[in-house]
Amino acid sequence: MNSPFHTVTQDIENANGWQQKYRQIMLLGKKLPVMPDVLKVDDALVKGCESKVWLYIDFDHSENSLVLAGDSDTRIVKGLLALILALYNGLTPEQATQINAYNEFERLGLISHLSPSRGNGIKAMVDKIQTMAQEKR
Amino acid sequence: MFDFETIRADFPLLTQTVNEYPLVYLDSAATSQKPLSVIKALESYYSAENANVHRGRHFLSEHATRRYEDTRTAIAEYFNVQRTEIVWTKGATESLNLIANGLTSHLKSGDKIAISAIEHHANIVPWQELAKKVNAELIILPITADLVLDSNECAAFIREHKPSVVAVTHASNTLGNITDLEPIITACKEVNATSVIDGAQAAMHLRPDLNKLDCDFYVFSAHKMLGPTGLGGLYGRYSRLNTLDVYQTGGEMIETVSLTHSTFRDAPGKFEAGTPHIAGVIAFAEAIAYLTALDFNGMRQHEHTIFNYAIKQLSTIAGITIYSHKENNIGNISFNYRDEHPFDLATLLDGYGIAVRSGHHCTQPIMSKLGIPGTVRASFALYNSLDDVDAFIKALKHCIELLD
Repeated sequence: MNSPFHTVTQDIENANGWQQKYRQIMLLGKKLPVMPDVLKVDDALVKGCESKVWLYIDFDHSENSLVLAGDSDTRIVKGLLALILALYNGLTPEQATQINAYNEFERLGLISHLSPSRGNGIKAMVDKIQTMAQEKR
Repeated sequence: MFDFETIRADFPLLTQTVNEYPLVYLDSAATSQKPLSVIKALESYYSAENANVHRGRHFLSEHATRRYEDTRTAIAEYFNVQRTEIVWTKGATESLNLIANGLTSHLKSGDKIAISAIEHHANIVPWQELAKKVNAELIILPITADLVLDSNECAAFIREHKPSVVAVTHASNTLGNITDLEPIITACKEVNATSVIDGAQAAMHLRPDLNKLDCDFYVFSAHKMLGPTGLGGLYGRYSRLNTLDVYQTGGEMIETVSLTHSTFRDAPGKFEAGTPHIAGVIAFAEAIAYLTALDFNGMRQHEHTIFNYAIKQLSTIAGITIYSHKENNIGNISFNYRDEHPFDLATLLDGYGIAVRSGHHCTQPIMSKLGIPGTVRASFALYNSLDDVDAFIKALKHCIELLD
C-alpha cells in the first residue's frame, strides 16, 4: 500500500495522542496547494458548514480521472479536506467508487468528523465525490 | 444563601468525563442542564401520570390537567403576571412567530416594525416575513459601539419614527449584553407601539418582574431555564394577547365548530391548538420550583464571580479579543484568538472536554458588523464553578499552543 493517501496518513497514524493527531491534520492542510480564487465559486461551496469549504470537482476525459481541488477557512477542515483529496484525486471513477472514506477515517480514528452533526461538510464532500464517480463510471 | 456544592450535585450530567477529561459545560446559552428533580418528573409523568389534558373526565386526565395548569400558575408567579397571560409554545422561536403572525391584521401598509442589529435570527426573520405580508417597513434601532442597545437613543428613535411594533432582546445570546429596557418600553407606550421582548437568554439569569417591566409581550424557552426541551412560552398583556390573530387552529383551541364556522376560546386556550407538551410542562414546574427556591441575589452574585473571573483570566492571554460587554452581561463571553477560525478553537477545546459553541450563533448581523465569520462562545450558569473556568483557561492555552 503506497498510495498518496497512505503516504500522507503515516504521520497521523504514528501520532502520539489526539493533540498530535490534530497537529498533523493541520499541517496537512497547510501543505495543501492554494486553490485559485476563480475556482471558489458558489457552486463549489459545500453547503451547511459552519466553516467555508470549497470543493471543486472536474472530470478529465482524456485521463479518465477525477480532478479535485479544495480549500477551507479553518485549519482542521482544511486538513481533513487534504486527506479526502489524497484519497480520491486522480483516480478513475471505477477506483473512486471502491474507496470507502468511512473505513479510512475509522482506521485513523477520525470517524467522528464524518458524522452529519459536526457541520464541517466532510460527509457532504465525500457524497459529492461519490456522486460524480457514479455518474462517470 | 446560595450553596454552590449542593447545587452542582443536583445536576447529574455534569459529573461525566469526555475524552477522558472531566466535562466542563460552558454552553448554557444554547441549553441549560437539568436538575435531578426535572429529570425525575419526566420519568414519573410517563410511568404513572400520562393522560391527555382538558378532555377526559377520568382520574388521570384530571390529575394531568391540574398539574399542567398549576405550572402555568407557577411561571406566571415567577414573572409576576396573571396565569391567563401565559401561553405554552414549543420555544421562544415559536412564541415570536406566534406574536408576529398574530399581529398581521393589526398592521397596515406603511407601518413600521423596529428591531435591532443584535437580535437572534428568531427575532428578525418573523418580523421580516410580517413586514413582507403587510407591506410594513423594517427599521433598525441604534446600538452603541460596544454592541449594547443604546436605550436613550432607542427611545428617541421610537418617539421619532413611531413604529407599530418594537421587538428587542433582553440579553444577547451571542454576547450576553443586557438591554436596559425601561426607557425603550416607556417610549413604546408613548407612541402606542407593541413591545415584544425576547427573554430567551435573560429569563433565568435576570428573573424579570414583567408587571414592573410593563412590556406587552415577553417570550422564553423552558430548556434555557433548567426545564425540558421542546417547551417554551410567552407572556402577553391580556388585552393585547386576546386580540392577536390565532396562529394554529384545530382541537383544544375551539369553543364551537360547525362544518362552515368555528368560534375560538379566549386566550390562552385559543393559542394552544392540539395536544401540548404535557410532560414538558409538568416537569418544567420542577425547574421553576428549583429556581424560585434559590436565593436569587446569591445566584447572581455567584454568576458575577464566575463571569468576572473568566473575563479576567481570558484577558491575560495575548491575542484574545473579547466581543462581549465586560460588565453588563448575563454570563456569555464571545471571543476569538487572533484570526484563528472559531471552529478550530472549539474543536480543539472539545478534545479537552470543554463544551463551548462556535459560529455565528444565529446572529449574522452581529458578525457582519464585527467583520468576522463567527466567535467562540463560553456561556456560564449557576452550576459552573471557578474550577470550570480554570480548566477552560488551561485547555485554551494548550489549544493555542497547538495552533501557533
